[in-house]
Amino acid sequence: MEQKMVNLKIDNIPVSVPAGTSVLEAARNAGIRIPSLCFLKDINEIGACRICVVEVKGAKSLVASCVYPVSEGMEVFTNTEKVRHSRQLTLELILSNHRMDCLTCSRSGRCELQDLARDLGIDAVRYAADNLPPQIEDSAPHLVRDNSKCVLCRRCTAVCRKSQEVGVIGCNDRGFATHVGCAFDRDLNEVDCVSCGQCIVACPTGALQEKDDTAKVWAALNDPTKHVVVGPAPSIRVTLGECFGMPIGTNVEGKMVTALRRLGFDKVFDVDNAADFTIMEEGTEFLHRLQEGGTLPLITSCSPGWIRFCEQHYPEMIPNLSTCKSPQQMFGSLVKTYYAEKMGINPLDIVVVSVMPCTAKKYEVRREEMRQHGWLPVDISLTTRELGRMITRAGLLFQNLPDGQFDEMLGVSTGAATIFGASGGVMEAALRTVVEIVTKGEMKPLDFTEVRGMAGIKEASYDLPGKTVRVCAVSGLANAKKVLDGVKSGQMQYDFIEIMACPGGCINGGGQPIQHADVRNWTDIRSLRAKALYTQDAGMTYRRSHENPVLQQVYKEYLGEPGGHRAHELLHTTYIPQKRYRTE
Amino acid sequence: MPNCKTVVPYNGTPEQEERLRQVIAEHKGQPGSTMPVLQAAQEIFGYLPEEVQIMIAEGLDIPLSEVYGVASFYAQFSMNPKGRHQISVCLGTACYVKGAADILSAVEKKLGIRPGSITPDGKFSLDACRCVGACGLAPVMMVGSDVYGRLTPDQVGPILDKYE
Repeated sequence: MEQKMVNLKIDNIPVSVPAGTSVLEAARNAGIRIPSLCFLKDINEIGACRICVVEVKGAKSLVASCVYPVSEGMEVFTNTEKVRHSRQLTLELILSNHRMDCLTCSRSGRCELQDLARDLGIDAVRYAADNLPPQIEDSAPHLVRDNSKCVLCRRCTAVCRKSQEVGVIGCNDRGFATHVGCAFDRDLNEVDCVSCGQCIVACPTGALQEKDDTAKVWAALNDPTKHVVVGPAPSIRVTLGECFGMPIGTNVEGKMVTALRRLGFDKVFDVDNAADFTIMEEGTEFLHRLQEGGTLPLITSCSPGWIRFCEQHYPEMIPNLSTCKSPQQMFGSLVKTYYAEKMGINPLDIVVVSVMPCTAKKYEVRREEMRQHGWLPVDISLTTRELGRMITRAGLLFQNLPDGQFDEMLGVSTGAATIFGASGGVMEAALRTVVEIVTKGEMKPLDFTEVRGMAGIKEASYDLPGKTVRVCAVSGLANAKKVLDGVKSGQMQYDFIEIMACPGGCINGGGQPIQHADVRNWTDIRSLRAKALYTQDAGMTYRRSHENPVLQQVYKEYLGEPGGHRAHELLHTTYIPQKRYRTE
Repeated sequence: MPNCKTVVPYNGTPEQEERLRQVIAEHKGQPGSTMPVLQAAQEIFGYLPEEVQIMIAEGLDIPLSEVYGVASFYAQFSMNPKGRHQISVCLGTACYVKGAADILSAVEKKLGIRPGSITPDGKFSLDACRCVGACGLAPVMMVGSDVYGRLTPDQVGPILDKYE
């Protein structure tokens, strides 16, 4: 279908863009950056903050360019005295209600509000927000909110409602009293928040941030009685570089390993290794259910935000969930059993630190049903951002670090594990192993490209001997809801579904480096990060989980068969239906 | 905060809940249905307790935060029932310049509640209102239909003590 083009002039530059384009986006095409604050493309397009105003010839007043569509013959002026003055005044008024403790704010230097103040030439604060006390809400395990820094842009509420269809936060009250919060101003740990952290990466200021656990890690590293072991998740190696200004999609695995070792961890393992175990266990579980008539579709369980969502919104689908622990939890369990026994260390003296793309992992590590023999598998879960801060604090010049190698015992992995970090990756990794087992090695496809890419719902079917397997890879909880409703009504039929809470999967997790809206709106960050994972996969010696030599050894020496008794005890878990609303 | 959660236990009847369910069924799936359903709910229950807002959220399949966001935005919606004795302190211009803010503070202090809420025993509810048409008596407070004028803060306690 041919798209109707519209011709207009922006700052006297002729521009031709498809009908329906906003003035803001048209200007972008003409090489003009209109400053914005509340605008988050496809998610929050509400024209609320009035920073992006422009003059349109013939219009009565300034218009918000993010929501103003182009029209034929339109003349737009983005840089007049009137426009500059209006933007400045608007920003000054926003700042008049913002607690400016920039020097000690976690977002200092990476704050969109701070950048705007600089870009718009705010060189004095005429209306200072004096005596505005912090308004800290830190009830949840993963997040701290300080409404004294909130600019009411509504990006967080939009992402919670639209991308995730969780909608636990909204705007309460009115006028000066307006604030972001949960219904009845309940604390976040009293509502059905899934801890995905998408609100944090959407926030332009320091109003939302992950709960910082770095102090606990420093303390463990300083404690001579503790044996501190670390493992980063698959996606961290392709995002950590962004914390140090490296291009989006740079693979920094080797530097990351060196940095972790120099921070003082006793062992630097790889959660990719645990991801290979996940495939062995989940693949076995899938085949078992397929052949023995178990509950299908089997749904993956790697994403704790998704698990929480399922327990709260779809408790009737709990039997469909894979009983496999997530790779993070498998990693912790293997460290505190297999590794501890081999090294002769008391698991209670081991501190397991994970580095995750995810804030929900901070919630997952606390889940009591994971407890074994008095310990929880993982003690501290850091986000990519927190690791970035630790590396900076330690004075490591990240970009100059030499490449290092993971410690071997739980540090060897396959390409199948690497792609866990992108939506569709777990499914593809599972298929690589499952298809080979079912066809007894006759079919060895490596690339299941149908489940790759950034579409929210990806379907495919594969013919196995005597059976066509229908699969679906879903990311973003709004999409998950669509698929689950389809499965429940019988309109959609699958045997195996991968669900990741965050849109695009872990590479776009709530714990990943925060990119400004100005980058997010115009760059496909997810694809760039995912591409780096698939590139690494393509170049690896082993690309199927069952080929992992360390994994083969651990099963042989310690776990027995995949899905066997010991594997079940250490690598599987249970789920509990949870209430959405807590009313006394 | 005027719209905080009520301290009075929910006592909606099955008949009221059934009426609400009917209203929800009539509006379900229509855009912009939150407002009319909230209005109807307030009509049915007299106010919008959390239990009712949850019924609306689940019935319309929208987040509770959205229901609460609308309910807390509009002054016409109340999250608290009215007490046996309804107190209104006038904050109109004449009363205000005559010290109505101090009268309101005295009531808040005496009862331990903020405007828009109710005492846990359900005896008093408190609202700040605009002009009651008795500017000559400013500052004015009403308790039920009784009007008290030319008030000073120290009179508030003894007046409220009279009510059973």
